[in-house]
Amino acid sequence: MEGCLQALTGYHSCVFITAADRRHNSFTESMSGKTLYDKLWDDHVVFTENDGSSLLYIDRHLVHEVTSPQAFEGLRLSGRKPWRRSRNLAVADHNVPTTNREAGIADPVSRLQVETLEKNCREFGITEFAMNDKRQGIIHVIGPEQGATLPGMTIVCGDSHTSTHGASGALAFGIGTSEVEHVLATQCLVQKKSKNMQVLVRGTAAPGITAKDIVLAIIGTIGTAGGNGYTIEFAGEAIQALSMEGRMTVCNMAIEAGARAGLIAVDDVTIDYYRGRPFSPRGDLWDMAESYWRQLHSDADALFDKVVEIDAAGIKPQVTWGTSPELVVSVDDVIPDPEQEQDPVKKQSMINALAYMDLEVGQPITGIQLDKVFIGSCTNSRIEDLRAAAEVARRGKVASNIKLAMVVPGSGLIKEQAEQEGLDRIFVEAGFEWRDPGCSMCLAMNADRLEPGERCASTSNRNFEGRQGYGGRTHLVSPAMAAAAAITGHFVDATKLGE
Amino acid sequence: MKAFEKITALVAPLDRANVDTDAIIPKQFLKSIRRTGFGPFLFDEWRYLDRGEPEMDCTNRPLNEDFILNKPAYKNARILLTRENFGCGSSREHAPWALEDYGFRVIIASSFADIFYNNCFKNGLLPIVLDAETVDSLFQEVTEGYQLTVDLQEQTITTPSGRVIHFDIEPTRKYRLLNGLDDIDLSLQHSDKIRAYEQERAKRAPWLFVDQEQET
Repeated sequence: MEGCLQALTGYHSCVFITAADRRHNSFTESMSGKTLYDKLWDDHVVFTENDGSSLLYIDRHLVHEVTSPQAFEGLRLSGRKPWRRSRNLAVADHNVPTTNREAGIADPVSRLQVETLEKNCREFGITEFAMNDKRQGIIHVIGPEQGATLPGMTIVCGDSHTSTHGASGALAFGIGTSEVEHVLATQCLVQKKSKNMQVLVRGTAAPGITAKDIVLAIIGTIGTAGGNGYTIEFAGEAIQALSMEGRMTVCNMAIEAGARAGLIAVDDVTIDYYRGRPFSPRGDLWDMAESYWRQLHSDADALFDKVVEIDAAGIKPQVTWGTSPELVVSVDDVIPDPEQEQDPVKKQSMINALAYMDLEVGQPITGIQLDKVFIGSCTNSRIEDLRAAAEVARRGKVASNIKLAMVVPGSGLIKEQAEQEGLDRIFVEAGFEWRDPGCSMCLAMNADRLEPGERCASTSNRNFEGRQGYGGRTHLVSPAMAAAAAITGHFVDATKLGE
Repeated sequence: MKAFEKITALVAPLDRANVDTDAIIPKQFLKSIRRTGFGPFLFDEWRYLDRGEPEMDCTNRPLNEDFILNKPAYKNARILLTRENFGCGSSREHAPWALEDYGFRVIIASSFADIFYNNCFKNGLLPIVLDAETVDSLFQEVTEGYQLTVDLQEQTITTPSGRVIHFDIEPTRKYRLLNGLDDIDLSLQHSDKIRAYEQERAKRAPWLFVDQEQET
């Protein structure tokens, strides 16, 4: 580790260090401390097979309507029951409408999926927050909000953005439907341990630079496949300086860097966040839990298989320009030239992205005109996100070229809090639509979507082709940047707005 | 689960990196509550010129003739050859369901997204990781009628010229796939160990077990 640290001195903006594979070095293994991931993993192993795959105990299983029906059907066909009902918490979020909810779901296919979740939860005795319950919301927002996902837990859900919950020092990752069924039936999963990566965001970010800018800059550095096979622990002063909401934004997008799980160590921010939440422990149990949670950080002498350093001071507001989150630049940059890319596969991806996004090489980001603005999703729909967007929205009106600017809170409780703070009035007066909670236009499974050719500034997590609607074009940004794009009609540096 | 042993089949080359799960099966098809019927919608936005909707009849939809799977020579391909980070994005198992339902049994790439890779094995689909150079060499060789033989037992791919390429796979995954074993059955054989773990954990982390009495 010392050698590793020495090698890090003198870096400029970012440095990649790949430590020698410590699994081949039993001496190092026995001498070095544990990473946060090692600790969480070791605490949940039921047993390990000879080939290294383990049966891993799962503390919390989150369930939504899209990836669970076939799993419940599997249980039913095999006559199995959930191993531990109380460890499951369900909510419908992908298909729910964000307007006129009292009228129910108009699309019969969406409605059937939501009704199927309700039916399955009733049949198997699983707690579900119904669509009109104010605790309803995006599963990755309500888990921490309710204290249903806690530090030190293993948390899974049939959804790749389960990585969000790692922000509280939990091991949280997305699974497929077969694994949903497996967790329901056994409270365990067969897993192989990932490698350890640390992303150190050093120093202090400039004022107005948000968690979203930090994580997009990380993905731009390591690439969308950079974290494949790893669990990423985010650390460093700029990460520690983030609120829990900001930490969730960072861990949410670990999957966009290829890592199934992202982690942040427990500190006072974490402990303060969880105190008094509905599902949080109380009294003596809280004290016990807190003393355990406070150990949830990597040991000083822990070794990582890979360390990436990023200088927070160098991060500017980020805007993706392509069809993969790694195709990202600063707002004051121009569209890059594929001819400058050495790797032929990457070069071709850039050429494809330019065509799909209908952009020109050398075009300034600030010159890109937008049609729609979406503020929401499990990445950026928490109260802090809405406050940041409102702070910008209060300075103007939605520009005439913007056909729709919508704000979709992450949960009914966030919506309520925002309304108490008067944020809804700021948005509505500026010309934004103020909606009901759900996944909404992050993936357009409900009625909220882009039409072919429409260009959107979105606070969500994926800019894949067609993600927000067939033929739609997505630029990922922070809530402040999205709000600034709404009131100017094009991208603009939100930190310099009004200068 | 479907078992996998050995296959000799046509190869379709999909020369793109970072093929995401939204491309493999767009979200509107995720509204289905069934496990089957996704094959006609595989790569829907690349394969057809119109917008696909759930449960529509695909037989008369306008095809994108440039898309590799629409070329007559690759119609019956059972092996998909592609580039790095295949299956990135969402955890939707509908992606391997669509590939399997279409008829694919093997996907060869220089890397896969972790969740997708995992999901394949639950559905009798064999994802094979080869180094980028070898993948490149296969892309150079593949033409109409090009076939590969994939033998899971031997962990080999044999090209038409007789070149034998070895691939790695975790022994547990190999065993389960060769025998088509049900993961849940196998895990439930360890019920006693799971219970013992819970008892021990309840002592260390009692706050997680306060609901214990309402179980069973």
